[in-house]
Amino acid sequence: MNALRNLLDKIKPTFSEGGKLSMFRSVFDGFETFLFVPNSTSKSGAHIHDAVDSKRIMIMVVIALMPALLFGMYNVGYQHYLSIGQHEVTSFFEIFFYGLLAVLPKIIVTYLVGLGIEFTVAQFKGEEIHEGFLVTGIILPMIVPVDCPLWILALATAFAVIFAKEIFGGTGMNIFNVALIARAFLFFAYPSKMSGDSVWIRTDSTFGIGEGAVVDGFTGATPLGQVAVSTGSEAQITDALGNASSIWDAVIGLVPGSIGETSVIAIALGAILLLVTRIASWKVMLSIFASGALTAFLFNIAGLDNPVANLPWYYHLSLGGFAFGAVFMATDPVTSARTETGKWIYGILIGFMAIVIRVLNPGYPEGMMLAILLMNGLAPAIDYFVVQRNVSMRAKRAKIQK
Amino acid sequence: MGLFSKENRATFLAPLGVNNPVTVQVLGICSALAVTAQSEPALVMGFSVTIIVALANVIISLLRNTIPNRIRIIVQLVVVATLVTIVSECLKAFAYDVSVQLSVYVGLIITNCILMGRLEAFAMANGPWESFLDGLGNGFGYAIILVVVAFFRELLSAGTLLGFTVIPESFYELGYLNNGLMLMPPMALIIVGGIIWAQRAKNPELQD
Repeated sequence: MNALRNLLDKIKPTFSEGGKLSMFRSVFDGFETFLFVPNSTSKSGAHIHDAVDSKRIMIMVVIALMPALLFGMYNVGYQHYLSIGQHEVTSFFEIFFYGLLAVLPKIIVTYLVGLGIEFTVAQFKGEEIHEGFLVTGIILPMIVPVDCPLWILALATAFAVIFAKEIFGGTGMNIFNVALIARAFLFFAYPSKMSGDSVWIRTDSTFGIGEGAVVDGFTGATPLGQVAVSTGSEAQITDALGNASSIWDAVIGLVPGSIGETSVIAIALGAILLLVTRIASWKVMLSIFASGALTAFLFNIAGLDNPVANLPWYYHLSLGGFAFGAVFMATDPVTSARTETGKWIYGILIGFMAIVIRVLNPGYPEGMMLAILLMNGLAPAIDYFVVQRNVSMRAKRAKIQK
Repeated sequence: MGLFSKENRATFLAPLGVNNPVTVQVLGICSALAVTAQSEPALVMGFSVTIIVALANVIISLLRNTIPNRIRIIVQLVVVATLVTIVSECLKAFAYDVSVQLSVYVGLIITNCILMGRLEAFAMANGPWESFLDGLGNGFGYAIILVVVAFFRELLSAGTLLGFTVIPESFYELGYLNNGLMLMPPMALIIVGGIIWAQRAKNPELQD
């Protein structure tokens, strides 16, 4: 630790104003504050500093995402070996290694593009580097299908960072969740690479690993995709080989889907860390799950002739991006409602909208992305009305005392 | 005052740049989003609006001293509606395919804010020649933005320009894909926003 500190202190003058590499001073500053909590304090006015600064919060969120990411890598490999009929003869590490090779390029591409833009903007404006992309860059590869090409991922990252974040003023000023804007961009711009049956499971080899022919009877649709296209009132969910899947497959996460969203258990581990460290709001998470369950349950007993409406409510909560969105994306402190009452309203409406979109819109098997983006847009309005109501209540109280 | 005096040239040139009706005054956005999915309708639309603004400006300018102030909007609307109907019928007669693509948006030129804005702000107070130049300038200023937006939208959403394939087949074989979002109006708004951004970054006097 001390050696690192000394090294930083030694090279600092080179990057300071007038030094040889002063054009990279924002980059240096970014890394220095990433490694060590800055010890500078405000010079004027009275300020309250939290002991945990935003870089430390971001790192904690990245740690919370790790179980879902690692499991996602394993699942990518598992689905691949399942599709070529070798999942029983392949070792655990080989399966994981395949997934690692498939997912790692996505993470590298998003970080290169996103941080490249952030560093350029920061240097250009002479500001500090914002830390927000740390989380966005790891979430984005987790919410796309494994066969989403790298170049459109790079394009979506650039679009989202510029149009959803930088033009609003950078980290902390964005109205919409940046990773979700990138996903929405991909979803509407390149629907053939973001939905359908052929992108969720990689059937080809990756860097020469995992050669094999796809088995007969292979289907690559996600559980929600299967439900959406099934006929009759009850849907049968199957895995890639056509065997029936149970709710446990969805809870453990061995189903096709976006890379990081499949495992409820891995997401729950992350959720516990976020709740214990009080980074995410338990009110938002709880209200999303509660209202999602209630809405799905009401559709269950409504007796509609629609397989998505008849999908049991616990399936709705564990399939698709519902859990991932509720834990990691809706709770984003920048884009969610800020007032405590507002958080309940915000969460309840997200859970409700997500299920309603799934059930009533046959075009979109998954509704979580659109529900969160919609409520991101409404969150400031919710806060406004909560604050106004408080103001009018207190004004009434003040009158009585007169 | 000469026909091409300094003021008259400024009347014509300002709407093309620093006083553009779309990017600076933010008028006529609705049709800019609706007809720019392809270049051909955008060109025709820009051309139609240019003709209508220029002629309406001249007519209103000639009538400006005889129009009672209280009914001037009605008079302006009658003139504009007549011109729009004539242009619409001409399109149907000579460019039927494009008029089908443009559908209601030709008729809706009547409600284009640029028209009423120019008539009220310029033609009611200036002579016919100046009004003609002002109408041409504003029409061209509008058309330029439409064509630029349509250029990007058609190129990226279909790989074509004016219906001709521009992006070679070998690109698609390498994995290039058309961008479906470019077909949707929100993307036109973002492109217009990008143009406004670039223009204001270049002209500090436009920044507020």
